[in-house]
Amino acid sequence: MKRQKTTETNSNNNLFDLLSEEIIFSILDFINTNPFDRKSFSLVCKSFYITESKHRKNLKPLRQEHLPRILNRYPHVNHLDLSLCPRINDSYLTVVSNICKDSLKSIDLSRSKFFSYNGLMSLALNCKNLVSIDLSNATELRDAAAAAVAEAKNLERLWLGRCKLITDMGIGCIAVGCKKLRLISLKWCIGVSDLGVGLIAVKCKEIRSLDLSYLPITNKCLPSILKLQYLEDIVVEGCFGIDDDSLAALKHGCKSLKALDMSSCQNISHVGLSSLISGAGSLQQLTLAYGSPVTLSLANSLKSLSMLQSVKLDGCVVTSAGLTAIGNWCIALSELSLSKCLGVTDEGLSSLVTKHKDLKKLDITCCRKITDVSIAYITSSCTNLTSLRMESCTLVPSEAFVLIGQRCQFLEELDLTDNEIDDEGLKSISRCSELSSLKLGICLNISDEGLSHIGKCSKLAELDLYRSAGITDMGILAISRGCSGLEMINMSYCIDITDSSLLSLSKCSRLNTFESRGCPLITSLGLAAIAVGCKQLIKLDIKKCHNIGDAAMLPLAHFSQNLRQITLSYSSVTDVGLLALASISCLQSMTILHLKGLTPSGLAAALLACGGLTKVKLHISFKSLLPQPLFEHLEARGCVFEWRDKEFQAELDPKCYKLQWEDIIAQ
Amino acid sequence: MSSENPSFTNFNLQQQEQKWEDTSILDFGIRIEPPFQEFNQASESEYLLPSNRNNQTKVLDQEDGQNNETLQTGKIQDWDPSAMLNNLSFLERKIHHLQDLVHLIVGRKGQALGGQDQLVTQQQQLITADLTSIIVQLISTAGSLLPSVKHTLSTGNPNGQFGQLGGLLFPPVAGMNCSPQPQHGSESKVVPSQHPTGNKVSDQSHQMDVMGNCGTEQNHSIEEHEMKEEEDADEGENLPPGSYDILQLEKEEILAPHTHFCTICGKGFKRDANLRMHMRGHGDEYKTAAALAKPNKESSSEPVIIKRYSCPFTGCKRNKDHKKFQPLKTILCVKNHYKRTHCDKSYICSRCNTKKFSVIADLKTHEKHCGKDKWLCSCGTTFSRKDKLFGHIALFQGHTPAIPLEESKGPAVSSDKVDGNEAANKVRNINFSLGSSASTGSVAQNAMEVKEDADDPASFFSPLSFDTCNFGGFHEFPRPPFDDSESSFSFLLSESCNYGQKTGGESTSTDLQ
Repeated sequence: MKRQKTTETNSNNNLFDLLSEEIIFSILDFINTNPFDRKSFSLVCKSFYITESKHRKNLKPLRQEHLPRILNRYPHVNHLDLSLCPRINDSYLTVVSNICKDSLKSIDLSRSKFFSYNGLMSLALNCKNLVSIDLSNATELRDAAAAAVAEAKNLERLWLGRCKLITDMGIGCIAVGCKKLRLISLKWCIGVSDLGVGLIAVKCKEIRSLDLSYLPITNKCLPSILKLQYLEDIVVEGCFGIDDDSLAALKHGCKSLKALDMSSCQNISHVGLSSLISGAGSLQQLTLAYGSPVTLSLANSLKSLSMLQSVKLDGCVVTSAGLTAIGNWCIALSELSLSKCLGVTDEGLSSLVTKHKDLKKLDITCCRKITDVSIAYITSSCTNLTSLRMESCTLVPSEAFVLIGQRCQFLEELDLTDNEIDDEGLKSISRCSELSSLKLGICLNISDEGLSHIGKCSKLAELDLYRSAGITDMGILAISRGCSGLEMINMSYCIDITDSSLLSLSKCSRLNTFESRGCPLITSLGLAAIAVGCKQLIKLDIKKCHNIGDAAMLPLAHFSQNLRQITLSYSSVTDVGLLALASISCLQSMTILHLKGLTPSGLAAALLACGGLTKVKLHISFKSLLPQPLFEHLEARGCVFEWRDKEFQAELDPKCYKLQWEDIIAQ
Repeated sequence: MSSENPSFTNFNLQQQEQKWEDTSILDFGIRIEPPFQEFNQASESEYLLPSNRNNQTKVLDQEDGQNNETLQTGKIQDWDPSAMLNNLSFLERKIHHLQDLVHLIVGRKGQALGGQDQLVTQQQQLITADLTSIIVQLISTAGSLLPSVKHTLSTGNPNGQFGQLGGLLFPPVAGMNCSPQPQHGSESKVVPSQHPTGNKVSDQSHQMDVMGNCGTEQNHSIEEHEMKEEEDADEGENLPPGSYDILQLEKEEILAPHTHFCTICGKGFKRDANLRMHMRGHGDEYKTAAALAKPNKESSSEPVIIKRYSCPFTGCKRNKDHKKFQPLKTILCVKNHYKRTHCDKSYICSRCNTKKFSVIADLKTHEKHCGKDKWLCSCGTTFSRKDKLFGHIALFQGHTPAIPLEESKGPAVSSDKVDGNEAANKVRNINFSLGSSASTGSVAQNAMEVKEDADDPASFFSPLSFDTCNFGGFHEFPRPPFDDSESSFSFLLSESCNYGQKTGGESTSTDLQ
């Protein structure tokens, strides 16, 4: 991209001057694959620099120190995501609010926790057009901060997940102040009760989406919520205070409701549910995960929902009669999730899927009783499936997987983790030309032969081969040749993988997640190739790769400027490698347990040098070896330390891993 | 920001300073009172003075004299028939006099109904005053009979009837201001005070005319009041006018601490049961079961006339002359009503020093909950229960929950402690508590800020002035949990705006107060 444009401008001096700003903007809209492309563009010349500055609307800075400068450079930014900045305090928020003023529409503070109500106040008062604030995980905020948020009168979307210290009083302020609210998420705000929620429902008439998960609310606030004229999406997951008796008293449902999530509400049976959804004729998505048993009566109570498209019953006890009754609904579901349901049998599932022929997504994870009969019915009737998740369907024999490839050719996502699939199955699945995500973890029957067929799936972006021990370099080579768009690969514990796999994968330039835990044969050389080839690498896991040392860290530090997360435990990296890594400005999370070559002073130097760190996992022995003020300083910078006290573990034989795992399940 | 804000805050400051002065002139509690007090006084001086006050003084004078007399007669314990005869003839004369007067009133009444002239009412008041004095004389004379009658009580001598009224001679406070009230139509009634009627009254009351009636009425009402602890319960009552008798006690009676008096030593009691207990000490005859028994209610065979009470305060809705008169159910209701509505609130809550009450029970009830009213609305109203606050907020547009100041943290709070000049006690209290809470809450945060901003205090407090400036900009922001509304509101606002400007550096010293 970059090269093309630069050559163009060189050949004809003022070609870009002929283009209007809008056209250049729309060109820039397409430069979004690699964040560095835009940087390169802006570095071409002054006019490009200015154009790019004007064009940018979204900003996700890595460091708060540069906020004043970048905000001045990009005057039209209206969405500011500060979730990567390790330390956002009130003064930075004041800076943001004073520079952005009315242009700022949306701000994400979900990972920042050093600000208080003062910063929020200046945001709310200076940025009058603020429409969206994400304050999730601000566990220290109190009602005063909520009162400050309430000053943002134009607010439409507000996330307060896990703001545990905010009470009804703060929510009351928000309810009165932010009358235009359309979305509010109060998940885990355990200080908020019926009164606060009720007041939201009374005062904010525009509410579309309401997340009340895990709130200590009861039926008292429900009548006013159901009166909300525009309410489309409500989540009452884990609200144990709501029960059948209270729901039965409800006279009218909510007509506008489109999505209802009542997961983990064990006190609600079909009786309460039917009174809640009575009148909610336009309901499209229903989630009843981990709730009361899916029986005939429950299924029948949902019969009247004529618009229903998606039903999620994860973790429920299911009866065949219930599934059959769902099959008899006169609508055609497009999404069904029976993940981890107990009691799903061939009989129930097959009678269900034969009626719902339009299913696009099916999740039958851990339905351990189903066999090839179910798969035969699924594949024959639901030929339009785009997503099939069937992790740990252990009774399904290898032949059944051939059917999947034969009949469901529109599959985009296929999760076959921990199944009996073999090379024949993989060969068949390779016909799914749209496949973008394939999970083959713990599939011990597959080998390079089968995997090489998958190389035909050119759209594959995600491949999980976790503990599929039959895979060697040959299979990976085929994948890296065929699937050049690969973004994520997990080869953990594929012990036969060597550097040649890594060398071939280094051609996949879009790779951003690379996991190769416990591959003892790969060395620094292979990883260096990855570092050079895959510049978009964000997440790297080389735990227990004993042969990877400092020699890989140096190229990594030089080329992988996008790297954010690295796991180095049990590798041979020393102080030198760690210090080199510290120069990666994006690096936020490090797990460095059991590094033999790591000294306390080396660690201290690396930690100090790496300014953007937010999370470091360390062995507890370092806690006493390093001075406490150092940790205090780093914590003040926004870094969280997680101390682990694990013994050094020798690696198990990968083949016996599954046996052990089955033992655990059998118990 | 730096260029604009100083001027803005200054402007604010000036405004707030003015407000501040306003507030400092008046004490907090008084500021709420004035309109009401003025009204109270004015009305009293206009309406009550010509009639009642004069009456009262007269009565007092006369009573002094009578008291002396009775004391003398009290000393002469011997039975003197000639003295008694004198007394009786005096009484006879007085009763005739009284009759004439009542006739006169009846005549006047017709005129008064025709025209509402000031003159007529004045005359009426004069007559009432005369009548009052006559009745007082009458009663006191009757009372002087008492010691002599004492021994003859058991014989059932009709003369003994007067004996029960003897207690009236020892009114503790302002005397018994018994005035027959000019009533509409024929039901002119004598409204006496509550007599310590003793146990014999109910037996003999039927034989009595005016006076006797009074006695029974009293008896009845006292019982009623003893049974009913709840007062003012008559809100929903809809008795058709005329279906009940209206009684009106005078101010002095209402305010009298005791309503039952010992006929022998004059000691006052609040309850007749206590009086009966007391009477046991005066002789064996008071120890009989009959004497100690609770005086019976009127026999159930007779239809009981419903009694309702009127407030003596003219213009009050509870006064029988009011257009939408709502009667009071019991004497206790009358007492509480009169004290609450027409008297000074002399009991001040020792906790908040703000709330004032005229009924001590109200004070005690308030003190139980004082300080617990932590649910505060932006309008200044406090609620003892959160759901009440939220109901209030749901009802009114623009009202918002007010976050108690302890919760807000950071520099804005640390500056709150300054500015202690003429703030009333309660404000000091609040500042005080703030200091402690702030020290627990956000010290770490502050310390961190200080570190980062180097040691220049000006730079440290510069964001502060910004914040306080914001305070002026909107109203719903945290303020101390005050009990009273409007006044505290402006007052506090002015305070919060002064904070940052005035001191800043002194905060630490005031912290230690």
